Amino acid sequence: MLDPAFLLAGVLNGLLAGGIYVLVAVGLTLIYGVLHIINFAHGSLLMLAMYAVFWLWRLAGIDPYAALPLVIAGSFAFGFVLYRLLIGRYNHGRDENILLITLGLSIVFDNAALLFFGGNTQTIDVPYAGTFVELGAAFLPLPKIISFVAALILCAALALYMALSDTGKAIRAVAKERQGARLVGIDVETVFAVSYGIGIACLGAAACLLMPTYYVTPSSGHAFVLVAFTIVVLGGMGSFVGAAVGGLVIGITESLGGLFLGEQLGQIGISLIFILILLLKPTGLFGSKA
Amino acid sequence: MTRAALLCAAGLAAAIVYPLLVPNYLVNIGMLVFFTAFIGQSWNIAGGFAGQTSFGHVVFFGTGAYTSTILQVTYGWNPWLAWPVATAMGGVVGWMIAVLSFRAGLRGSYFALITLAFAEVFRILANSVPFTKGGLGMLIKADQRPINFQFKDPIWIYYLALLLCLVSVAIAWHLTRSRFGARLVAIRENEDAARALGIDVFAEKVKVLPLSGAMCAAGGTFYAQKYLYIDPSIAFGVDKSVEMLLVSMVGGAGTIFGPLIGSFTLMGINEATRWLASVVPALKNVQPLSLIVYGIMLVLIVARLPNGLMGLFRRGPARA
Repeated sequence: MLDPAFLLAGVLNGLLAGGIYVLVAVGLTLIYGVLHIINFAHGSLLMLAMYAVFWLWRLAGIDPYAALPLVIAGSFAFGFVLYRLLIGRYNHGRDENILLITLGLSIVFDNAALLFFGGNTQTIDVPYAGTFVELGAAFLPLPKIISFVAALILCAALALYMALSDTGKAIRAVAKERQGARLVGIDVETVFAVSYGIGIACLGAAACLLMPTYYVTPSSGHAFVLVAFTIVVLGGMGSFVGAAVGGLVIGITESLGGLFLGEQLGQIGISLIFILILLLKPTGLFGSKA
Repeated sequence: MTRAALLCAAGLAAAIVYPLLVPNYLVNIGMLVFFTAFIGQSWNIAGGFAGQTSFGHVVFFGTGAYTSTILQVTYGWNPWLAWPVATAMGGVVGWMIAVLSFRAGLRGSYFALITLAFAEVFRILANSVPFTKGGLGMLIKADQRPINFQFKDPIWIYYLALLLCLVSVAIAWHLTRSRFGARLVAIRENEDAARALGIDVFAEKVKVLPLSGAMCAAGGTFYAQKYLYIDPSIAFGVDKSVEMLLVSMVGGAGTIFGPLIGSFTLMGINEATRWLASVVPALKNVQPLSLIVYGIMLVLIVARLPNGLMGLFRRGPARA
């Protein structure tokens, strides 16, 4: 059971899955860090993006990786508009209200997908899906490695953008001090909408990277939402580094949990981590405040 | 006030006579309205009156359903005897979650998310441990005698659901008139201000979640006895949590009749979409359609009608 090669394969597989989780979680943590809202529709929006990638492939024959720019741009626009039309209007007052609104949105998205796309599991057959790479004792599917590397590059690009560009600077200013940002002439409402758009654009990227090896159903959002929240809470709400470390840790936890506890019981690790972090250290590993 | 009392009496009389006049399938729908109003009220007591929004209330529902079913199927208990035990178990789980979460100071969205995670842990455990029979679920042997909490004539289960609903409305009514209820509302409106007024916020919150959990668990047993089958995704799935939250929010969170109004409304939407689907054959898949309507209603109500549909009837100061 405790064959080191077996263990290594588990860790590597978890790490590869974790890379994509990082992308999902970075979007969530950005939205929280800037807007101070908990985006419960995050999983459902990822599911919609995955369907977009699927239909682009099915109807136009676009490879999921080639679809990256298109889906990222589309997701950004969708997030921006969603914020402007709906979420932004009620983003003030009790924080449960926005949680309930995003819950309502996720119910609408999940069931619209079920209504229009049906409940079947959809997958994309890419020609390189069966290619494996031998790494030590582990055989790893090539698309997972490509996706992992691409996810890290995209995260790094986003971090650079946030650090260097004017928009990034404005976003960070708003996250730190809303009133002050307004006083120095930053259009705070636009920054909010842009941040929400970037958060959803991260989901678009994650969807492109997931689809070569993963599947999508209308309930895919459910599978991801608690995972994404766990990563963000583990890393610390609003923390980029936290989301990156948390994503990799949760990827490995999930993989090893499945390995040692079985497919069913293995999922319990994530929920337990979530509960324990909230109970014992709600600021997470890298969070700054409660 | 007397007009309101008269209206309630008339409503109750109508509810009692109704099953005598309509075919069985409509009796069944009535039963579902009152049952959903009952579990919705259990959510409303914690989520509406005390403002502790829960996304995982199904954890109590499933605890109740599994406790009575295990006692009955595995240990041969009579379900009527197992019912109070299941109800108490719901209270115990509520107390545990309350002590853990509120001691850690979780509020608002964080509390909502941790209840979701607790429900998920219970679902995975029910799927994995041997005494729940895992994902296969548990079947209660059909033996339709009242002594077995099973009824041949649907009218009896209808009256039982009506009774549960009345009890839950009475509890909610009592909350609006008692000091305990007033303290809960104070906590909902502003926790820090409530504390400054000398309310022991932690103690009150630790009282309300067991109450709500026990009610919800009683509903779990009722559900198991009605359908004679439970499995982890029915008993601990997110759908039931959302349903409880929806009926309260739509009808009016923190109001006495909110869950009942919400339950009526949702059942109405259900039947309307079913009818629509029978007229427009392209919409053969009904379930998602009605859920889409619910989702839109939730968004609209949170955004525009904080008192839910009850807010349309009663003119008063809107709650923040």
